[in-house]
Amino acid sequence: MVEDDAAVREGLELALRRQGHVVHTAESGEVGIELLVLRRPDIVVLDLMLPGMDGFETCRRMRASGPIPIVMLTARSDDFDIVAGLEAGADDYVVKPVEPRVLDARIRAVLRRAVSERPTEQPESEERHGDLVIDRAGLEVTKRGTPVSLTPTELKLLLELSRTPGQVYSRQQILTAVWDHDYLGDSRLVDACVQRLRAKIEDVPAKPEHVQTVRGFGYRFGRS
Amino acid sequence: MTSRIRSWLAGLRPRLVAAFAVIMIVGATAAAGASYVSARTAILKGFQDQTMLKLRDQIVTYLPTVSLPPTQATLDAFGTALKSSNAVVVYHGLRSGSGIDPDSVPADLRQAVASSTNIQFQRVDAQGYPQFFVGVPVQTGTEGQTSGIEVYTMVSLDQQQAAIDDLSRTAWQTSALALPFAVVLALLAARQVLRPVRALNKAASELGQGKLDVRLRVKGSDELAQLVTTFNNTAAELERTVGTLRTMEADARRFVADVSHELRTPLAAMNAVTDVLDEDAEQLPPDTAVAARLVSAETRRLTRLVQDLIEISRFDAGRAELRREDLDVAAAVTDSLAARGWAPGTDVVAELPAGITARLDRRRLDIVVANLVGNALRHGAPPVEVALRVERGDVVLAVTDHGPGIPEAVLPLVFDRFTKADTARARSEGSGLGLSIARENARLHGGDIVAVNTGTGARFELRLPREAW
Repeated sequence: MVEDDAAVREGLELALRRQGHVVHTAESGEVGIELLVLRRPDIVVLDLMLPGMDGFETCRRMRASGPIPIVMLTARSDDFDIVAGLEAGADDYVVKPVEPRVLDARIRAVLRRAVSERPTEQPESEERHGDLVIDRAGLEVTKRGTPVSLTPTELKLLLELSRTPGQVYSRQQILTAVWDHDYLGDSRLVDACVQRLRAKIEDVPAKPEHVQTVRGFGYRFGRS
Repeated sequence: MTSRIRSWLAGLRPRLVAAFAVIMIVGATAAAGASYVSARTAILKGFQDQTMLKLRDQIVTYLPTVSLPPTQATLDAFGTALKSSNAVVVYHGLRSGSGIDPDSVPADLRQAVASSTNIQFQRVDAQGYPQFFVGVPVQTGTEGQTSGIEVYTMVSLDQQQAAIDDLSRTAWQTSALALPFAVVLALLAARQVLRPVRALNKAASELGQGKLDVRLRVKGSDELAQLVTTFNNTAAELERTVGTLRTMEADARRFVADVSHELRTPLAAMNAVTDVLDEDAEQLPPDTAVAARLVSAETRRLTRLVQDLIEISRFDAGRAELRREDLDVAAAVTDSLAARGWAPGTDVVAELPAGITARLDRRRLDIVVANLVGNALRHGAPPVEVALRVERGDVVLAVTDHGPGIPEAVLPLVFDRFTKADTARARSEGSGLGLSIARENARLHGGDIVAVNTGTGARFELRLPREAW
């Protein structure tokens, strides 16, 4: 957990430990990135407002180092921060002042994405969608034979959409299925994640073939 | 059109014109009248004097030859001598053969002549023809004794009257010619006065519309220029005062926003551990447990209050953004209710017809629903009815409770910040900002919320435009 305010850091650490998590804390983005290498955590909780290297830059660097899930802490007052944070690669966000139970729920939901799909799928789990091959059992995606590195959230989104190609999913349905947000999810989570996914799997992200926008409704996975 | 004419007539200009015209008419009439009277007197007096002198001279010349008492022949001869004056000589019952008819002489004049020793005259208007009668009591001897002989003559004043009429007509015509001049002068004067008045009027109305930097150019140093100067000074003072007030208000709002933000971080830390306090309270000594629970509960309350303050200061600063998305309103409201454990069928009865769609900000709609229903549950009594309908292109959500309603005195203030309907319960669960925030959110959508008493409770109606879908 990267949080500059000592009291908030201590309070959240205490609350999360009592929810059963092992917490390592850092007071700046630089220290956080060091800890990421040192401790190899399952998930990062990242405050956006940081002295020195700010939360967005920290988020981008952590994202560049691997598909580590990131939940950011943000002030709701600044809608711009949320969009910028999601664009920087965060999987989800929690608004300050944080309810520890809400934060815990989000953390667990993000972590579930990384493991949920694994054993249940049938043996011949490789699906081909044009130049894209999705291995549901191995949780691997390759594009023209080259593995694509997806975060758990991006992978979950792709798996959900591609389960029934051609079917239109509303943002709310996607939020429920991927983010476990039972109500009032922020549809910008979906939009930001779709953007990131397109950047990785589409030839021309501006003219997507796989993840298509259905204006006024949501998204669908293109039938190949 | 008629109203424009009426307003023109009610204006300063016709009054000025009328005043000028009246002054001019009165002045011209007085001048014309005075000159008429004096000219008339001069003309008439000259002619009359001339007539009387001539008659007297003739009488005086002839008189020494007259013997008394006169006979008819004497009278005739006397009359002949006075022929050029067309005079008649009368002596008691007798009269000369020539001259005017004595009966045509006015009785007044005859009486005056009979009882006087001086020459008498009278002007008579006989059907428009002015006539001048002269009567002379003829005296004999040096003691001024009356001889009993009277001489009368009459001359017509027609020519003189015609000359006088001419004179008066000229006077009136000259006066009439001056009238248009007076009107033109009046209009010019009115314009001179009205132009700055009109400019002032325009400037004053601009000032009233909030254009506080409006100023007028001062021309000259008359009363109007003074008025313009006063106006400019007033406007400047007003601008300064309003500017100060605005700055103070902005400062105050920024202060609230800053304080709220400063409070948020320590509250975030405290809020993170309230659960810990609650969970462990049981193992604490009784007093400490009470203290821990109190700190925990009040921390949550304070957190809510600060969040609401931040939210409302965002509206004040005009930084609230609307993120419209296509919504099934019934589903969104159902989600909001469910998220707060207000499942339909308990204390909340929802009547939400499916298929009503609108472009709304989901988060803001949720805030409104939560505040309205939460408020109804806190201050009203169950069941709280939540009903959705479409009315004239608007989405209308009515939240009705069955409580005591809102006191009439509080009703107009119910959306004001920190308004508490029930003063006895000053510390309610809400922050006192919930309804204000709800209404700000509705207005951000271009809609509104109104509160009414139904007789069996209070009803809040949220109305939002659907926007294109």
